[in-house]
Amino acid sequence: MKDPTQVIEDTAFRLLKMAVTRLPKDVEAALRAARDREDNETAKTQLSAIIQNMDIADAGVPMCQDTGIIVFYVKVGSKFPFTDDIKEALTKATRKATAEVPIRPNAVNPIVGGNSGDNTGVKIPWINWEVVSGDSLEIIVFPKGGGSENASIVGMLKPGVGLTGVKKLVVDNAMRYMGEACAPNIIGVGIGGGADISIKIAKQQLLRPLDDKHPEPEVAKMEQEIMKAINATDIGPMGLGGRTTVLAVKVDYAMRHPASLPVGVAVQCWAARHSKAVISKDLEVSYITHPLEGD
Amino acid sequence: MTEYHFTTPISEEEARKLKVGDVVYVSGEHVYTARDEAHERALHMFEKGEKPPVDFEGSVVYHVGPVAWQKDGKWQIVSAGPTTSVRMELFEDEFLRKYRARIIIGKGGMGEKTLTALEEVGAVYCSFTGGCGALAAKGLKEVRAYEWSDLGMPEALWVITAENFGPLLVTMDSHGGSLHKEMNQRVAARKAEVYAKIGIKE
Repeated sequence: MKDPTQVIEDTAFRLLKMAVTRLPKDVEAALRAARDREDNETAKTQLSAIIQNMDIADAGVPMCQDTGIIVFYVKVGSKFPFTDDIKEALTKATRKATAEVPIRPNAVNPIVGGNSGDNTGVKIPWINWEVVSGDSLEIIVFPKGGGSENASIVGMLKPGVGLTGVKKLVVDNAMRYMGEACAPNIIGVGIGGGADISIKIAKQQLLRPLDDKHPEPEVAKMEQEIMKAINATDIGPMGLGGRTTVLAVKVDYAMRHPASLPVGVAVQCWAARHSKAVISKDLEVSYITHPLEGD
Repeated sequence: MTEYHFTTPISEEEARKLKVGDVVYVSGEHVYTARDEAHERALHMFEKGEKPPVDFEGSVVYHVGPVAWQKDGKWQIVSAGPTTSVRMELFEDEFLRKYRARIIIGKGGMGEKTLTALEEVGAVYCSFTGGCGALAAKGLKEVRAYEWSDLGMPEALWVITAENFGPLLVTMDSHGGSLHKEMNQRVAARKAEVYAKIGIKE
């Protein structure tokens, strides 16, 4: 019998290593396509550096030194037998990845100061828990860099401004932070629910495949409109000019209170790192975004 | 656009040659990392008449919190792309005046205070592509010291020997030129066109 904590830890360790060294295929393809499309020389240079960097990182080196604050999205089946082991395993995997990948220690105590040195500490790694029906466990690791996180906002709009006001908030935000969030960016937008719910929805959108679109045509249209508007700014890669400011804009929503129009805007840098695996009740592991060689 | 290859320490004359749009590659032993806390500490030491562990004059100061590890007892830089420079806007002008570094490297650009100090001192600000930590590490050959390690790995003062570190794009020069300032104007000029795409008339 395999040790469940060990299986979950080993899986999470591989997810962390893959996430920080190799971009998901769709993000890589979008960056390569952007380089081919750009006619601005500076933009081409920036995107070429990004692609050269991806190729070097492929050998097992973190592509960006900011390996982020470590966030997990966990979907645990109500019949998955090893729920008690998950938190400990994810924490251990984070410590191990810090020492062995290596990733940068990024957990700082905001009250007394000091870096914990191993990416763990009070409430970190952060785990987003969701209980679903079924008997397996899905784990996504999502290391989130500080530069792009600093560009994220929540706007509590007056409902009267409508969807035009929502779009304006997202576009104005992009024109405020310019290149600071390591463009080309992916922008997640969450509308409704409440302040916390809107930003939570926004951040989850960053995990959607780049080429999908929202199933509701009104929302899909909004995604396209915001993307076209931001790409017309000429902010470009790294804010140094060019036509590729965003690779995608992803929108989703929850119902809102009659008096509120909360809008969360989550900003992702070009290093849109995440990695996903599913562990069955028999502790068989399938890697989804970064399959094992030969799979 | 001209391409330059400089070896540290860099003179004021060399730094003043550089113009926005030029590309620089740097080699030499006077390459230091410094973020918020290292800037703050260096300034405090100056006020108290104390000497930092390195001589910043003619140096290259890189806004970066690297990933580093020890192999066979020796520190190595693993990944080291730039951090957002505007956070250092609080300190950089004073730092330049007091310590006379010649090249500041980061991402996202800096503001008016720094631009004025660059002009006064004879120094430039260069952008390295954000997130390209693996690429940057190729040019950061050797760690000679890990100073101020009490600040933690990202905030410490890493003392580095560089070899053809670049390409560094000059985006703020000592003649008042700033690509970042120009970009702000270019984007502002497009605002009406951008708004029109989301149905807003200005």
